[in-house]
This record gives sequence, structure tokens and C-alpha cells, in this order.
Amino acid sequence: MLKVKGLSVTIDNKKIVDHVSFELKEHDIFMVAGPNGAGKTTLFKGIMGVVPHEGGVLFDNIDINKYKRKELARKIGVLTQRRQLQFAHTVYDVVSLGRYSHQKALLGRLDNRDREKIEQSLKLTGLSDIQNRSILTLSGGELQRVFLAQVFAQDPQILILDEPTTHLDLQYQIAIFDIIKEWVKKDNRAVLAVVHDLNTAYVYGNKAILMFDGKAYAKGPINEVLTQDNLQAVYNVDVAEWMKGILYNWK
Amino acid sequence: MRNHNLENYNFSGDAGVKSPSFLVLLFSVLLFFVVLFFSISAGSIGFHPVQTFKIIVNSLFGTGDISNIPENNITIIMNIRLPRAILAAMVGAALSLSGAVMQGLLKNPLADGSTLGITSGGTLGAILAIALNTNIPFIPGIGIVVMSIIFSFLSLVLILFLSYKIDYHLSTQTIILMGIIFTMLINSINSLIVALSGEGLKQVIFWTMGSFSGRGWSHVCLMLPLFIIATVILLALSRELDAFSLGEEQARYIGVSTKRVKLLILIMVSVLVGASVAVSGTIGFVGLVIPHITRFITGPGHKKLLPFSVLSGASFLMAADLLSRTIISPAELPIGVVTSLIGALIFIYIFYKKSRKGF
Repeated sequence: MLKVKGLSVTIDNKKIVDHVSFELKEHDIFMVAGPNGAGKTTLFKGIMGVVPHEGGVLFDNIDINKYKRKELARKIGVLTQRRQLQFAHTVYDVVSLGRYSHQKALLGRLDNRDREKIEQSLKLTGLSDIQNRSILTLSGGELQRVFLAQVFAQDPQILILDEPTTHLDLQYQIAIFDIIKEWVKKDNRAVLAVVHDLNTAYVYGNKAILMFDGKAYAKGPINEVLTQDNLQAVYNVDVAEWMKGILYNWK
Repeated sequence: MRNHNLENYNFSGDAGVKSPSFLVLLFSVLLFFVVLFFSISAGSIGFHPVQTFKIIVNSLFGTGDISNIPENNITIIMNIRLPRAILAAMVGAALSLSGAVMQGLLKNPLADGSTLGITSGGTLGAILAIALNTNIPFIPGIGIVVMSIIFSFLSLVLILFLSYKIDYHLSTQTIILMGIIFTMLINSINSLIVALSGEGLKQVIFWTMGSFSGRGWSHVCLMLPLFIIATVILLALSRELDAFSLGEEQARYIGVSTKRVKLLILIMVSVLVGASVAVSGTIGFVGLVIPHITRFITGPGHKKLLPFSVLSGASFLMAADLLSRTIISPAELPIGVVTSLIGALIFIYIFYKKSRKGF
């Protein structure tokens, strides 16, 4: 569905992302892993065209720059991590904005289909009961679910997540990825997620790309990428041994 | 925007999220007309509101008998007070709307023509137009308006550009600080021009404090088309502004053509602020205070916030103008003094509250 071909991002004469290629196929949960500064978030920004980049990003074999903004929003939805909120919008209003790219009426009147999609998204993310609350009164976990519901309401084919669970409790991390896992099962859907937590990547991903120093150190099926040797090389820590040690403590 | 059924609406409500009902709209419209009639009736010569009403109806439709009212009084109502009130309403609406729009666009509850320094820029344009005697054939007075709009736009772009350079995320403090520095710089340039140009520009002093004194139908006609165009366009962009108020990057991802929409919004804001400055001088804080109060009632959704800001801004500035010309009658207080006095106090209050909860 989504092809990234030789993507490079250069900032201040430094190559942050160096010639990265991969392909996202239907039902994939494709994890982008790697240590801090490996270029994960910049790769994500390059794909979305927020930073100047070389190389191509194709959706259904058409360069994504060829799509109109609204058209692209109906294909690809994005969940970002950084967010400062100032105004007391309701949960419902924020989620309903996800319908923006589908609306044709002036002033954004929601039609029945829009409302149905919004209700569905609220239900899927467990927000129905708090849909009239101000987003300023929500916890970090609830807020992240609100924006996840917004992307679901957007009804894209591909979901791109930039560290969707970084500041969340374990409980919410599991909840959010469980929801995503359900979502991707439908036809013509795929997920690309930048994650920090290797456990999450392992449990929920089916493929991965391991970034190191701007390059793709390894890519492919998740169990071939997140191997003891690869992780040792990239993180300079014997991750597998460390995890086993932790597991031992829990027994 | 809240189109779901009333059944599942939670009436217990949270702070800042309230349902503006039909009644609030009715009240706002009513308030507008009450203030309009008061401001036309009151003054150095007082009229009974009924008498005012008769005069206006007669002048507009030719009905009713006003033969017992002196010609002089009809002139006062129709050619002095009515255009002045309408102009005040229009400027109030324009400033309030532009403030609400800037706050949403920049995700910054303290943004406004005066805090960002746009009004100062517009004033510089107006002063230059007078000093250089800029004129465009066929439409007298338009030179000042055009220069004021252009300079408003330039200052807006410059301030935003510099703020982006300093702080990519455009935090509240950065923009406000830039606005203050820019305002001081422009004001000193303005003073310099006035000082260098001698007696001829002494009228400019009054620009810096704002006034509707001596404004008539010609000013109304000058501003009206600009006001209507900009207002219609901005009201139509309420959905996009909702998206911007949650973050520009996110707005882009949900499908907003952020660059194009932003440019359009900046131009329309400049038109509103520039035209206002050209006809009435620097009137501060309207765009800061009115949308903020309105947001308490309507919630932050722009579909409701913007039209209500237009209405309440209009009522507010008419009332302020009424105060400015009656409070030390027969002398007149510059209206900028009235609005800044009220506005600055509320500004402090907002700033104080901000540290405890959001908007």
C-alpha cells in the first residue's frame, strides 16, 4: 500500500535519515524501532512531507505529493505525540474534526454518515461516556485516545503513529495497541508505528525496521529484525539478556 | 458543531463547555439594538428612544410623522450619531473577530491586534499615508485605508516570521514579547514622523488613542465592503480554525491546506485590523477581551464563537463610544482610553487565571 523508496532527510548538512526503503502491505503493523537519535521521528516526518526530503513516498504507486491535502487525509491518518492544548473543546468536537476531509458542505455540517463514524470511533476507543467533556479536563491516556478516535473517524487506510504510547501507563499502552490491532484487521488497512518500547513492538508488530544512525540496520519480519545480535549492535546493550533478567525478577 | 441529539447531551457540564442556545443569540441581537438606540439617543442633546426610532424609520421608509421634530435634530441623528454608532459597531465587530481568529489560528489565547503589534503597524501605514499625502483617484480617503491594511499585513507577517525563528512552537510568551517589542519600536517611529513633520500632523496624535469623533457616512462606506468580505470569508473558515486551534501540524494531517488557509486568514485579519485603524485609530484590547468573554458562553468552537464575537464586539465598542463621549461631556474622552482601561484590567485577570487553568 505504502512504499518508501530511498528516503533521505538532510538537516543542517547532516543526514538524519539515509536512504531508507520499505514497503507497507495490507494488515501490516509495521514497527519502526531504534535508539534515540537513530532518526525514527525524522523518518516519520519525511514520510509525511513535513521536512524537506529526497526520495519517494508512494501510496498505491502514486507519489503522495500528487495527492491533494484532503485526498491524502482520506488515505493516511497520523497520530502525533507532542501536543499543547489551550482551548476547552469537547471530546466530541475534536473527534468530529476527523471528518474534515470527507465533508463537502459549507461550515462543516455533519451528515448521518459522519455522525455514525464519529459514534463508532468514540465507542471503539471507549470514550462514549465522556464525549461532552472538555479535553482540558482529561488525563494523558484519555487525551491520547481522543486523538486516536479522531484518526479513526478520519477513516484512513493507513495509520501512522509517532510514539503513540510514550507517556502512557502500561494499562493504556495495552489498551491503545489492542484497539489498533483490531482496527487493522479490516480490508485495505495497515499501520506504521514509531515505537520506543521494544516489548510493544514485539508483541503487536508483524514487521519492523530497526533504525541506526539514520540507516535501516535491519528490516523484515519482526522476529528476524529484533534479534539478540541486532539489538546488541544497535543499542550496545544485550537487550535480550536484560529482558530475561527482568523476567526472572518477576517470577 | 455539536450536532448530536439533546438526549445524550450532558447538562451537568464542564467549565468552558456550554451550550449556547437560541436564547443567547436572541439576547445578543437584542442587546445590540438596545445599545445602538441608546448610543444614538444619548449625548449632549438627549433624545427619547421613541423619538430616535421615529426619525430613523421616517428617514429610511418615509413613514410616520416627524414634522414636529426640528430639522436640526434629524440631522444630528441621521448624519452624526447613526453613522458614528454604525462605524463603532463595525470596528468593534472587526477587532473582536480578528482577535478571535488570531487566537484560534495561533493556538494562543492572548493573541490580538494590539498584543501582536498589528494595530501599531497599521497606524504607521496611516501616518505615512497622511505624511506622504497618498491618494488613490476617485475614492477619497482610501489611500489611508490601503496603506493601513498593507502595513498591518506586513507587521503581522514580520512578527510571525521573527517569532517562528526564535521559537518554532510559537509559545504564548514569545509572540506576546515580540508584539510588545514591535509595538514600542513602531510607536517610536510614529512619534518620530510626527515630530519631524511639524504642525500638519498633529491630528495624528489622536490616532494613537483612537476616536470616532467627526466620523460620518463616508467612513462607513469606506469600511463596509471590506468588513463584509473579510467577515464572510473568516466565518466560512470556522472549521479550519477549529483544526488550527488544536495544532497546525495536526490540522495538516486531517486534510487542511494549512499554508493556503493561513495566508488567507492573515490577509483577512489584516484587512479588518487595517481598515479599523484607518477609520478610528488604535483601539486596543477589544479583540483580546471580547472573544475571551464570548468563549465562556459559546465554548471554543469557532462556528459559534466567531458570529457571537462579531455581535458582542459591536455592542461593546458602541457602548464604549457612548461612554467616551458622555462621561466628561461636553468634552470627549478618546475611546482607546476607555477600551484600554477596561481591557487591561481584564487582561491581567486572564493572565492570572491562565496559570491555573486553560481557556
